[in-house]
Amino acid sequence: MEKEIIIQIQDLEKTFRTKSGDVHALRDINLEIRKGDIFGIIGMSGAGKSTLVRCINLLEKPTAGKVIFDGIDISGLEDAELRKMRRSMGMIFQQFNLLMQKTAEENICFPLEIAGVDKRKAKARAKELLELVGLSDRAKSYPSQLSGGQKQRVAIARALAPNPKVILCDEATSALDPVTTNSILSLLKDINRKLGVTVVIITHEMDVIEKICNRVAIIDSSHIAESGSVEEIFFKPQTEAARRLVYPEGDQLTQFGPVAEQACWRIVFDGNSSFEPVIAGMVLECKAPVNILFADTKNIDGKAFGQIVVQLPEDVDIAERMLKYLRSKNLTVEEVRGYAG
Amino acid sequence: MLDSQMIWLLVQGIGETLYMTLGATLFSYVIGLPLGVILVVCAKDGIKPCLPVYRVLDVIVNLTRSIPFLVLAVWIIPFTRLITGTSIGSTAMIVPLVLAAAPFVARLVESSLLELDKGIIEAAQSMGASNFQIIWKVMLSESKPSLLNGATIAVTTILGYSAMGGFVGAGGLGAIAYNYGYYRYQTDIMLITVILLVIIVQVMQGSGNKLTSHADKRKI
Ligand SMILES: Nc1ncnc2c1ncn2[C@@H]1O[C@H](COP(=O)(O)OP(=O)(O)O)[C@@H](O)[C@H]1O
Ligand SMILES: [Mg+2]
Repeated sequence: MEKEIIIQIQDLEKTFRTKSGDVHALRDINLEIRKGDIFGIIGMSGAGKSTLVRCINLLEKPTAGKVIFDGIDISGLEDAELRKMRRSMGMIFQQFNLLMQKTAEENICFPLEIAGVDKRKAKARAKELLELVGLSDRAKSYPSQLSGGQKQRVAIARALAPNPKVILCDEATSALDPVTTNSILSLLKDINRKLGVTVVIITHEMDVIEKICNRVAIIDSSHIAESGSVEEIFFKPQTEAARRLVYPEGDQLTQFGPVAEQACWRIVFDGNSSFEPVIAGMVLECKAPVNILFADTKNIDGKAFGQIVVQLPEDVDIAERMLKYLRSKNLTVEEVRGYAG
Repeated sequence: MLDSQMIWLLVQGIGETLYMTLGATLFSYVIGLPLGVILVVCAKDGIKPCLPVYRVLDVIVNLTRSIPFLVLAVWIIPFTRLITGTSIGSTAMIVPLVLAAAPFVARLVESSLLELDKGIIEAAQSMGASNFQIIWKVMLSESKPSLLNGATIAVTTILGYSAMGGFVGAGGLGAIAYNYGYYRYQTDIMLITVILLVIIVQVMQGSGNKLTSHADKRKI
């Protein structure tokens, strides 16, 4: 049974009017985010990701279309109602955006103070949240005394303070090193699991999506190219934009393979096949060598995922036999165009 | 020459100078602080853009700032009289000092508030803060060190203006320097007043810097 929809975006458009003409930052955006999802929105720089996430909590007013949050069309709300609604939608940022003149504890109390919550209650809540994000000993520290990862933890605690239903993350890990990124991502996953908070993650890194998201939308030059479960998009990308993001290394093929006129083939491991040495098996069976141009296999949730790009022999018969062999192993094989030359 | 009468005169001069300077600074902020806030809030990328208000205030601030202080002080004598009942003395001098310094203070406040990272304001908006809360609890509160630094500049500048006021009937050290140094050629007295002014500026600047760095939690 499908979970309830918490955020629904309908025919959303955003056009910025600038001196040098109109910038269509978002066009024809339709998305559904369900309760409890960790929903990734991925795209290249300038694709419109930040604009999209800012339209979700209406920091940016859409030019057209609707944003329905928890059954209410929030694009038509009055200022006062809008402010109240925002308390159920926390947000964290790439640059953390903490109040620099306030301690960690005061930062976490801040959204509660704004909402008029009693000081003592706010402090108790801050204590609880500092514990949740593993910073109980840094309550009195100022942001300048904290590392990037610690700052983001405070920001997460601050976003959680008013008990939001959703947390929006705009490139929340892009300013962090890989190890810290992982720890922040697993914190977000924990929060999602323990508190049931829906998480919307904006990123330009496929890694982030792969690690914690269950659903993903790909945004490419202002529109949604594709959306679906992470597995679907990851292993059967339908659009060029999706392929570029999922297999950015593909571009390198032009540089390193002795890629002649011959076709290249991408073998996709989509978690259904066992992780046996298929290439070796194929070479032995067909008694002809292949040229491996690229290999990137990953272990996700205990299953084998990834891709290998090979150049098959020029002999059409042998190539045909090899493809047959691969397909008999339940692997998806597709011809890769555009890499030769 | 430094008899007890002279010393008493100088002590009185210090008192009057401080009275004018601090009084004028206080009222300049009463007017200039809200003006500076309105300039930032109403600017094109402010939290409540309102270009007509911004443009009008901007022009007024620029106009007032371009009038030389002594010209202003003489020019507004009728207004000063209306407010204080007199046109000479330290209290009367506070009026032109405030009129000259308030726009300057507005610019200082404006530039302090503009230093603030837009992301922090955006974060507050994302939490559902009202514009009033953002001004009070984010913009002013986060800019406190920079505002204090600006206040130090303001108070020392106003001190300089108040000494100039000695030419047009104000009291204080400026008047003493003018009366004794210019009219009676007692350059030693003039030198003493100048030294006293320098010391006052130093003390103000020093304590301002201390306050600023104490208030700033960004560099610890
Ligand atoms: N306030 C603005 N005014 C004009 N153009 C903007 C504004 N904000 C964003 N844009 C433009 O909209 C496009 C999408 O920007 P953004 O949403 O920030 O992209 P991303 O976050 O994916 O890098 C870019 O071309 C950007 O220049
Ligand atoms: Mg962005």
